[in-house]
Amino acid sequence: MKPASFKYYAPESLEEALRLKAQYGDEARILAGGQSLIPAMNFRIMQPAVLLDLNLLAELSYISTKDGKVLQLGAMTRLNEVEGDVVIADRVSLLHEALPYIAHPQIRNRGTVGGNIAHADPAAELPVVALAMDSRFRVQSTNGSHWINSEDFFRGYFETAIDSDEILVEIEMPFLEPCTGWAFLEVSRRPGDYAMAGIAAVITLDSNHICRKARLVYLNLSDAPLDAKQSADLLVGEMQSNELIMEVAIKASEEEIMPMGSLHATVNYQRHLARILTKRALKLAFGRAKQT
Amino acid sequence: MSDNHSINTTINGEDYTSDVEARMLLSDFIRHELGLTGTHVGCEHGVCGACTVILNGRSVRSCLMFAVQAHGQQITTVEGMSASENDLHPLQESFREAHGLQCGFCTPGILMSLIPFLEENPRPSEEEIRAAISGNLCRCTGYQHIVAAVKLYVERDS
Repeated sequence: MKPASFKYYAPESLEEALRLKAQYGDEARILAGGQSLIPAMNFRIMQPAVLLDLNLLAELSYISTKDGKVLQLGAMTRLNEVEGDVVIADRVSLLHEALPYIAHPQIRNRGTVGGNIAHADPAAELPVVALAMDSRFRVQSTNGSHWINSEDFFRGYFETAIDSDEILVEIEMPFLEPCTGWAFLEVSRRPGDYAMAGIAAVITLDSNHICRKARLVYLNLSDAPLDAKQSADLLVGEMQSNELIMEVAIKASEEEIMPMGSLHATVNYQRHLARILTKRALKLAFGRAKQT
Repeated sequence: MSDNHSINTTINGEDYTSDVEARMLLSDFIRHELGLTGTHVGCEHGVCGACTVILNGRSVRSCLMFAVQAHGQQITTVEGMSASENDLHPLQESFREAHGLQCGFCTPGILMSLIPFLEENPRPSEEEIRAAISGNLCRCTGYQHIVAAVKLYVERDS
């Protein structure tokens, strides 16, 4: 058998899961969709002593909205359910646009929102979207639950602010504001592969088409989702122009991102991709903001 | 340290009760414990799609699930597609006629990806067909004849 031995629990309530997590701490890994964890276990890159399978917890699988302006996702909601949700397509369009980039349909049938986020792979789509959308995450332990803002959540390669006795249970993502444009783009060698570079852009304009707010978050161009604040700030107070977009693309790709390079893309190539993607994403986002 | 669990699963309409180690992959369980060798095992890390089965109506990689997680679940493998061992499902007929396979290694996984897809989307465009099988690797056909086979099936089904 490929994976190393482990002790398996499939708790039937969140309380039971939290009790087991408190008992085993770091020794226990959460098994959500398993679409990243099980490959790592098959390679024996990971050999957790204990697996806590959350797949029986229907209480963690839901898509709902709060006050007509915030999307709430249970951590165990499958990616394909998010992909097919019409409210998300309409009101949280950035999330909808990013979903088909996550691996393949068979993986999205099993993979979960919470798993994708808690795994914190810098090449994963949802952490980038979550940060660009100013999301927050509810983590719970036997001592209760608290919220962590996306800005404080991602700490580097596969590292988050979740403590060893805590489980991610819910994600809240605000709806896009009026007059807001968005774009999610990435470049990979084949559809469904990990991207060599990607971007999520969110831009809010005022009634005169002057940029009021801007967010640019990059995928796989640092050890965590990279929030290019200085580059995005160049957009605020300005109207769309080719010069402005070029200036932002150069600043982000030359100064703010921190690409690591890989077998498939050198650092220079990643910077090149970041510049091109920034230009494309900004044009798309400005155009959409003007239409809404 | 082995951690054994008793599981009940329904595969192709038949109930199975087994004792499995927690670390046993669903793909290995289907092949080695049940002898249903129609489900193929390629990369064993979720890339090639050869081990795709239908879990509660949806295509999933059986190498990215533990057998113990299949407790109480409904699974269909390629053996469960047709009415009997001597029949082919109409989609399999189309694959045969349109040369949708050469060596056949990837075929069960591709069929298991296509069945739920075609139920949900019985009149797909070529682009949608290609997206549906994007998670299945075929090293023989170049995909042209697989797409042609699906189109043939769709044409006959309408």
